Amino acid sequence: MWAKIVAVVACLLLALCAGLFVFAARHPAIAPIARPAAGSFDTALVKRGAVLAAIGDCATCHTAPGGAAFAGGVGVVTPFGTIFSTNISPDAETGIGGWSEAAFERAMRQGVRRDGALLYPAFPYDHFTLVSDDDNRALYAFLMTRPAVRNVAPANDLRFPFNHRAVVAGWNLLFLRTRPRSEPRSDTATSGDPSVARGRYLVEGLGHCAACHTPRNVLGAEKSGAGFGGATIDGWTAYALNTRSTAVVPWTADALYQYLRNGFEAQHGTARGPMLDVIANLRAAPDDDVRAIADYVAAQIGKPTRRSEQIQLTERAGQPPARQEADLQAQRGSLIAATSADSQAYRGAPGAALDGAADEGAAIYAAACADCHQGPRAMPYGGIDLGLSSAITGPTADNLVHIVLHGIPADGATRGPIMPGFGDVLDDNQVGALVRYLRAAFTGKQTWTGIDNAIHAVRSAQHTAAVGSPERQAGQ
Amino acid sequence: MMILNVNDQPHNVEADSRTPLLYVLRDDLKLNAAKFGCGLGQCGACTVLVDGKPVFSCVTPIALLAGKKVTTLEGLGTAQEPAPIQRAFMEEQAAQCGYCIPGMMMRAQALLQANPQANDTEIRKTLEPHLCRCGTHMRILRAIHRAQVLMKTARTGDAR
Repeated sequence: MWAKIVAVVACLLLALCAGLFVFAARHPAIAPIARPAAGSFDTALVKRGAVLAAIGDCATCHTAPGGAAFAGGVGVVTPFGTIFSTNISPDAETGIGGWSEAAFERAMRQGVRRDGALLYPAFPYDHFTLVSDDDNRALYAFLMTRPAVRNVAPANDLRFPFNHRAVVAGWNLLFLRTRPRSEPRSDTATSGDPSVARGRYLVEGLGHCAACHTPRNVLGAEKSGAGFGGATIDGWTAYALNTRSTAVVPWTADALYQYLRNGFEAQHGTARGPMLDVIANLRAAPDDDVRAIADYVAAQIGKPTRRSEQIQLTERAGQPPARQEADLQAQRGSLIAATSADSQAYRGAPGAALDGAADEGAAIYAAACADCHQGPRAMPYGGIDLGLSSAITGPTADNLVHIVLHGIPADGATRGPIMPGFGDVLDDNQVGALVRYLRAAFTGKQTWTGIDNAIHAVRSAQHTAAVGSPERQAGQ
Repeated sequence: MMILNVNDQPHNVEADSRTPLLYVLRDDLKLNAAKFGCGLGQCGACTVLVDGKPVFSCVTPIALLAGKKVTTLEGLGTAQEPAPIQRAFMEEQAAQCGYCIPGMMMRAQALLQANPQANDTEIRKTLEPHLCRCGTHMRILRAIHRAQVLMKTARTGDAR
C-alpha cells in the first residue's frame, strides 16, 4: 500500500517537474484562419471523412444527449475529475472553425490545441497518432462541413494538480509514443494478412478500442503489457479482448464480425451500454472495415483455451449449439436438472413465498427468465443461453445487473434482441439472489464480489439519468 | 395458493406461481383494464403499478409479488367517481380505440405521483415504452398535463 502511494507521489512529482520543464518549450499557437467555405472541400473526401468519424466514434464523446452534433459538452468522468468534451463543430468562436488543417493534424498527432495549450488525454490522441495523413485530411473535411454550432462546453472540474494543463506535458513524456506518420507500430506487427493489418490500423488508431478495453494505470494511461485486458467504463465492464477473454465459446473472426455488424451474436450476447454507440456508428462503416476490425481483434484474442475447446467439441457443426437440447444437457446437465427440480418443487407448492423455495434466485429464474432463456426460439427471438452469456461469465456483476434491471430496449433502427427490464418489480434482495444464482448455476465460477454495490450503483445511475446531473443542469 | 394484494384487497389466488400477473388479473380476478398487447413487455398495454412503480404485468410472474401491493386502473377510480387521471383522459377525449389507454394512464399516474411537476419532456420520455397505433399521442399528452392540474386541485380540496 505504502509502496503504491510512494510510487504515485513520485510519478506525480516527476510528471509535474517534467511538465514544468516542457512548459518552457511549449507549443506555439497556430494562427486562426477564416472558416473555409463548405464548398471548398471535395465531396468524396467529406464522405470518406464521415465514415472515418463514425469508426472513430467522434460523435459519442463530442455530442451531448439531445444536443447538436459535435457541439461537445459531454462530461467524461475520470479518477482525476470530470473533463467536458469540446465543441468540434466549425463554429469560429466556440468550435474549430478557425482551425487550419495543420492545427487539426497537430491536435490529432500531439494532443495540442490550436492556441498551443495541451489537450487532456481523455481525447485519445495517444491512439490518433496512428491516423494517416489522408485520413486526417478526410476527417478535417468532414468536420469543417458540419453545421457550425455555437456552444461553450462547461469548464472542466479537475482536482489539483490535474487542473493545470502543464501536467499533461509530463504525461506525454511518460506515455505518448509519437510514431512515424502512416507507419504501424512495430509491436503490433502482423503476419502480413492485409485484412488484419487494416484492422490493426483501425483498432489501434482511430477506433481507439483499447481506450475502453485496456485497464489504466494510476496516471490514467493504458497499462503497458495489459493491452485489451478488459476494464470498467461508465459502470460497465468492457470485456477482455486478449487471451484473457472469458467467452465460453471462443470468439472467432466470423462471430466478431456478426456481433459488430448486428449488435448481437448468439453464442456471446448483445451489445449494451457504451458498446451500443460503437455498434450504431459502425453501421456507417463498409463491410470490409468491419471484417478487418473483427480479424484483428480475433487475432488478439488468439487461440481457444483448452476449456473452451472442450465445450466447443460438444457442439455439433452447423447447428446452433445453444438450442440443441441434447447438447445443452451434455454441457450443463446438472444445471438443467437442478433448475427444473427447483421449478418442479416450486410448482408443487404454489403460493409458497419465494423465500420458501430452496434458492430464491433459482425460483426467480424459473418464474421470470426461463421461458425466454430456456425456450425453443433462437436469438434474437429468444433469449441467449445463459451458460454462454458474456455478462454471466465476465469478471464483474456490473453488466448483468444493468441488464436485469433495465433489460435490452428495442432499437428503433434494426432487428435485434429485446428484453424487458425487471428493475421496477424486483427489490434489491431479489436482484442479488438472482444474480448470485445465475453466476453459480451457469458458470460454476466463483461468485462475484460487490454485487450489492453494483445494484446500488446502477439504480443511482438511473436516478441521475432521470433527474440530470447538477453540472448538466447548470450548463443549460 | 398465494395471497395477492390488488387494489388494497387481499385475494387468494390458485395459480402456478410462474403465471403472469396479467392472466391472474383478467382471468381470475376479472379486472379487465390491463390489456394483453404483445406479451413481451414491449407495448405497455398491460402496465399496472407494483408498490407504486409501473411494471409490465404480462412478463411479471406472480411469484415476484408476495408482500407487494398491486394497483390496477380499477383501483384508481370508478365510472361514477373517476380519479383525476381518468377524468383528464375523458375530458381530453384521449382514447380512440382505447386499447393502450389503461397502460398509458397507469404509467402517467406513477410519474405524477413521484413527480407532480413533471415537464413535457419528462412526460414524453417516461411514456416512451407505450405504443399507440391510433395516433392520439398529442391528446394523451394534453390529458396528462390536465391531470397534473386536476391532481393539484384535488389535493387542495377544490375538486369534486
